[in-house]
Order: sequence, then C-alpha cells, then structure tokens
Amino acid sequence: MAAPFANSVSPDPALVALNRFGLGAKPGAEFGKIAADPRGYLEAELKQQDIALISPDDPRNAGLLDSTAAIQASMAAAMERKAARDKKAAAAMQPMAADDPAGPAATQAKPAVPRVEADIYRDEAQARFDKALTTAPGFVERLVGFWSNHFCVSVAKAPVVRACAGAFEREAIRPFVLGRFADMLLAVEHHPAMLFYLDNRQSIGPDSRAGKRRGRGLNENLAREILELHTMGVGSGYAQADVTSFANMLTGWTMAGREGRLREPGSFVFNANAHQPGQAVLLGKTYPDGGMGQAEAALNDIARHPATAQHIATKLARHFIADDPPEAAVARLVTVFTKTDGDLRAIALTLIDMPEAWSTPLTKLRSPLDFVVALRRAAGATAGNEPQRSLRWLSVLGEPLWRPPGPNGFSDRTDAWASAEGLKTRLDIAWQAAKQADDIGDPEEMLASLIGTSVSTETRQAISRAESRQQGLALLLMAPEFQRR
Amino acid sequence: MSLLCETPSLSRRAVLMTGGALFAWAYLPRFARAADKRDPRLIVIVLRGALDGLSTVGPVGDPDYAGLHGDIALSLSGANPALPLDGFFAVNPAMPVFARLFKAGRAAVVHAAATGYRERSHFDGQDVLESGLPGPGNATTGWLNRALASLPAGERVARLGGLAVGPSTPLVIRGGAPVLGWAPQALPTPGDALAERVLDLYNHRDPVLAAVLQKGLDADRMALSDQLDGKTMKPRSGLDNAAGMRQSAQGAARLMAADDGPRIAALAFDGWDTHVNEGGATGRLANLLGGLDGAFEELEKGLGERWRDTAVVAITEFGRTARINGTVGTDHGTGTVVLLAGGAIKGGRVIADWPGLKAAQLYEQRDLAPTSDVRAVLKGLLADQFGLSPAVLGDKVFPESAAVKPMRDLVA
Repeated sequence: MAAPFANSVSPDPALVALNRFGLGAKPGAEFGKIAADPRGYLEAELKQQDIALISPDDPRNAGLLDSTAAIQASMAAAMERKAARDKKAAAAMQPMAADDPAGPAATQAKPAVPRVEADIYRDEAQARFDKALTTAPGFVERLVGFWSNHFCVSVAKAPVVRACAGAFEREAIRPFVLGRFADMLLAVEHHPAMLFYLDNRQSIGPDSRAGKRRGRGLNENLAREILELHTMGVGSGYAQADVTSFANMLTGWTMAGREGRLREPGSFVFNANAHQPGQAVLLGKTYPDGGMGQAEAALNDIARHPATAQHIATKLARHFIADDPPEAAVARLVTVFTKTDGDLRAIALTLIDMPEAWSTPLTKLRSPLDFVVALRRAAGATAGNEPQRSLRWLSVLGEPLWRPPGPNGFSDRTDAWASAEGLKTRLDIAWQAAKQADDIGDPEEMLASLIGTSVSTETRQAISRAESRQQGLALLLMAPEFQRR
Repeated sequence: MSLLCETPSLSRRAVLMTGGALFAWAYLPRFARAADKRDPRLIVIVLRGALDGLSTVGPVGDPDYAGLHGDIALSLSGANPALPLDGFFAVNPAMPVFARLFKAGRAAVVHAAATGYRERSHFDGQDVLESGLPGPGNATTGWLNRALASLPAGERVARLGGLAVGPSTPLVIRGGAPVLGWAPQALPTPGDALAERVLDLYNHRDPVLAAVLQKGLDADRMALSDQLDGKTMKPRSGLDNAAGMRQSAQGAARLMAADDGPRIAALAFDGWDTHVNEGGATGRLANLLGGLDGAFEELEKGLGERWRDTAVVAITEFGRTARINGTVGTDHGTGTVVLLAGGAIKGGRVIADWPGLKAAQLYEQRDLAPTSDVRAVLKGLLADQFGLSPAVLGDKVFPESAAVKPMRDLVA
C-alpha cells in the first residue's frame, strides 16, 4: 500500500507518541504537555511499577479467575452439559417425550458458546478494555497486544481455551512484556492454554510408557509453531528432523486432567509417563534426557538463537514503524536483543529512541483492535452494553478478541486491514460510536485534544462544516490523522 | 521436468525449446466455449468445521449405515423422512431446494470425497482445502485466486476479479488477483451524508483510503439495492447461522448478476463442527443445512438468467466419523460430500465409487473412506467453466497435483 501523499514529511511527534506507540489521545488529556516531551511521556510509562499487569487489587478485577480455576470451571460446566445431554437423550427414548412441543425446539436453541466460558471470556475482555481505556499513553498495552498476538491462542479451539485465554495473557504475557524474552517464552509454552491450543496435551512419546501401552504418539504441532512462529521464524535453518526431535522433547508437557491424577486439574503438569526417553538433538546440539528440563534447556537456547533475534526485531519494527521497516531500525533492535539477552524493557526503550520512529511517516493503518480502543478513548465508552459492543465491533472488523484465524495470529500489515469491507465497516462503527457519545464538546476542542496542532486544513474544515456534533465526531474518528499511525 | 529424463539424447538447447513450446501449449487456456456466448460463473462455498457428509446425503441403501450413524442417521421413514435422490442416497430433509434442483438435473453430489489431507486438524485441513497446496503450511494464497490469476490478463473473468463475502477474505480467494469484499449488513448504516464527507476528506488527504472506501461503499450499495434492505434483515452474528448464510448469498448473487460484476466468488460458512448433539433430520446440523439450502435458493433467485451458466460448489475440510460418538455427535473424520448446484451443473447424479461402511471398509476403521479427490471436482469445474488446462490446474492452481485428473462432465 502506497503512502498517503499528505504524510511525506516527518510526523507530528505528539502523534508518534500517542498513535504510533500509544493507544490514542483522550479528551482532556494535556496534548500540549505531551507535545513538549513526547519521548519522555512514553518513557515515564515504562518506569511505572507493574504497569503491564491487570491488578487483582483493583475491585473491578476481583472476580477474575486464574487459569487453573477458569479451566476447572469449564471442566465442571462441560460435565453438567454432558449430564444434561444424557438426561435429554434418555428422555428422548421415551415415546411420549417426543411429542413434547418444547423438547426438540429447546435443543436447537442451545447457544453456540457455552455460558460459563462465555461469562469468563466477557469478564476478561472487560478487564482488558478497562485497562486499555484508562492507561496513558498505552505504550505498554500496545506491547501486551503485540506479544499476545505473537504468542496467540484461539478461543475457537475449545471451550477450555475460551475460559483461560484471558488468564493466559495475564499470566504468561503481561508479567514479562518488560522482562526477558526467554522468560516469556518459557511461561507461554508451559501454559495450559498454549498446550491445549497447539495440541501438545495429547502428544505422547512413542517409546514412553504411555506410548507403548496405548499405541499413540507424537503431535508436532507445538514444536513446529515454537520454531516457526514463536522464535526462529520460517526458513531460518531448522529441518523436519529438528521439529520431530523437539516434539519428542516436549512430550509430557500437558495439562492435568479432570480426575487430577497427576496434579490439580487444569494446571500444567509434566507427565513423565508420556515423555519420550533418551537424548535428543536439536539444531546440532545434543540434549541429554532430563525430563522436563530437556525441552526447557532447548527453549532457553533457541530464545537466544540469532534467527530469533532477527525474527522478533523484524516483527517489532513492522508493528511499530512500518510494514517494511527500515533496515537500520531492525539492525539496532537485533543488536540490543542480542546484547541484553532479550531484555524487553531495553528493546522498548530502543524503539522510542530510534530516529526512524520519529521520522518515518505515519502510513500504517490502525489494526481493528487499536482502532476500537482509540475510538473508545476518544468518544468514551457507553456503560451498560460493554464489553459486548466492542467485542462485536472487533468481530465484524475481522479481528475478534483472542480468536485469530491461525497460530500465526492476526496480520500486522496495512494491506490486511485496508480492505473495502473493513473501511466501510469502520465508517459504520464511527457513526455508531458518535451517536452513542454522551457529551460531545466543541469540535475545535475535540480536535485540539485528540489530533493536536498538526491537523490538516481539510480535516479541520470537514469537521467544522459537519451537520451535527455527532457527524463531526464521526468525521474525526475517520480522519486520516485518526486512522493512520 | 519429466521431459528432461525422457529425452536424454537431445541437446540442452533442443530440450529447452521443446520444453518451452510444450509449456506454452500446455498453459494455454481453452477457449472452445468462448464462441457459444456462455457467461460462466463459479461460486465456492467453504463450510468450515468439517461437514458430516453421511448426515447430509445419507446412504440409506447401505445396510450398515443406520447402525453406525445411530439416532442421527437419515431414514426414508419416520416423522422427518429424508428426500430420496436415487435408490441408494437421500438428502437431509432440511434441504428441499437442493432436492428440487437435483430432480431437475441442476444439482449433483460427489460422495466419499476428500482432499489430499489425511490428518484431522481443522486448521491444517482448511489450510489445505483453501490453499490448494499438497499439505498444510504457511499458505497465503488460495486456489480460487490463483485460478483467477492464471486466466489471460484482460480476459473478462480475470478483469472483473473475484468477490469475497464476509468480514475477512477467505483464504481460498486470497492472492494477487483483485478481489472485491462485501459482508452482509451487520451494523446500522450512517447514511450517505457522512460517507460522502469522509470520502471527500480522503480524496483531499488520503487517496489510498479514498479508493478503498469507495470500493466498500460501492459493493454495499450494489448488494443492498431493491428488496435487500439492510434495516430489515440483519444476521445476528457471523456466518454460522441460517439467516446469515441466506443473506450473504443474496448479496453475492446481486453483485454477481451485474454485467460488470465478478464472475467468481467465495463464501465461508462456519459452525459445522458437530461433535455434540449433532441431530439428524432435525437439530443443529439440519438448521445449518437449512441455511446452506437457503443460500442455494437465494443464489438461484438472485442470479436470474445468469443462473443458467453458474456452478456452485460447497466444500469442507474433511468429513466426520462414520460412527456417532458418546455425545450424539461425530468426531473429525475423512471422506465427506461435495455438493454441486447451478444451471451449469450436469446434475441429477450422486457421483460415488461407494467404499462401503463395514469396519474393514472404513478409513482407519472409523471414517468414510475417500474414493474421490475434492481437487478433481474443483479442477473439473475450473476446466469446464473457464477453460483452464490440466497443466495449469496441476501446477499453478493446485500445485503438485498433476496425478489428480480433473473430473470431467460435471458441467452440462
């Protein structure tokens, strides 16, 4: 996608801070102060204690379940659903029951998403939106979004994943977004959500006790995606033999089942009975049999592989700077990643220190998630039907929360989102949001606090000539200055 | 190329020339049909989640069917009898339109079909189905788009591009060839006034966004004209319910009926993963099949006289287990059905080399064994509708599939 001609000069530094790195301005925020020191504004957020966490101390988050509890709730709900089905099936055996007019109809009306899991998912979504709407400037939330998409799971996989996708992000992503990459990698690959999503739960070493007894075997899914998506990247030098070998090393990494024979149901467990015994070779290095430690050692090594640094640096630069990022920017990130052993705080600082970050035109289109959040920050969230409305918008825009089409996550390129249907839907959403906005102030003030002094004459005119304040707000939300980052 | 192996004595130059000439000849689309004033269209409906072919078109004449498929097996008797297609197969009673088209010779079934994929992962299975690649992987383009891209530039079908229905473009039609996007109206529309103002602003400030938004608005207007009023029909969620399927077909038909509308379209319907409480003649699957049947009806209605040259094909990543599971549903399987409908289809036939349903005849003792390749059906349609050659089909559209011969005579 070609750059819009209007943005061919260096962008407004305030918009770089707010839009390229942040989640967008909020009315009443001190735009002038941000404009005076945009980099300092971003850096200040990185210094805040526990800024990446969704605080359990906040009473609004008190109801959130950890992943073990969420999975157990889903398991219990599944049992209840099965019991209800069995009862219904038994009732259907009775000839009289078939004539009951409520019977078959009630079966058909079953909701697509089971309720318990849907409730947990909604609460998690609410907590995430709350955080995104209140934080400023939201650079850290953007990093959370980046890593959550990098290490994505999909709630479409199973009700269990729907129940624990939010907890997964809070437990395996957030604590590490300003920590070490290797720590995040290990937390992610140990997490039941990921083990479930990428099928490692059922993967069994062919020569393990369980493998010999049950005649079942390996599932390479997780091993392949770790190498291909989570760390080194496709075509970076590993072979099928590495995938198979790594899959063997990962056997036994699973989630404790409902019966809780190995550990508390729903928690991570290393099942030695399913682990492929013996040493294994990955990328030319031999790993002696060490139970769970074998794959952990391998993960620690590939986290530090040069291909991993290159892969992560390229993705970060693509996310924050441009679809085809300047090579110098990628090289700088690779250097810092390597030198600091994957210190993600140092990486974040490098991102905002790079000259390319402040000189590259704002040509990327906000992803649907960033657009919806920015729109909510600008226009205000309406109480009562949240987060359902925001979730619905994300679905129609093609980026449903925690539901990517595949383990490679949602696209991070403008081409994927600047579709005819997508842009038309943004227009519909902007209009809906503007109509619902409670108190739309003076258009000039809106512009000053949301887009700032670099607003184009055309955008200013379009808004000042709007038929109504609602239309003016919708125009602002659709303006190139608001859509691009 | 195999030619190099077969003609070792030729000079390198001669081999290259021969190869080049053969190559050019083999890749040349056939335009035998160009003269007969046909204006062919192809609509691909991807059913994501793995359709139970045995509950869609039941082999009611197979003595092992009822036992395996248990309570959800279709039957010619009972309160909701299946609609007989021939002496052996019957279609789910939720699909009266398909049954009518079948009787009129305008619908057909290919049974016991599967892609080349033999595992049971949805993601990979859909990847293979839609990408047309020999195996799962990081596919970024789909076979339908590559078919479009293989047509000579400037040729009508190629020039008009494809149509993707839904909020995101299905993989099957993603790729280099131009694709228009449209989704059923899901949100209240702001009206033209705001749209015009935003367009005007983009024209001045961001011509790239202006062009994209203009396309979105155009597609929406074309599809929503006449009786298709966005206010009266709004599917409540994605394309996993009957109303949404019907409405997206309505929109697709309207866009494709236009003289300058796309000739090739892809729709994706979700929700076919019926592990639990699948139902048979009624219930969850039947509701979905009713939606698919409604989509066939809307396409027939909406395309009007264009229906005559239209082929619609419904495909799914794989089938489901022949034996029902412990939750009155079916698990991931292998062989399933391909449904064909449209005025162009040489119908009234269930095309099947029936493998049987005895334990030893099932694939891995659990699934309907595949005896037809879905790619053969798709290749046949592409060859008959658009004149794509077996070489292009076996190389560009479905890479490494030369051994899978196009199924001929699917089109009347």
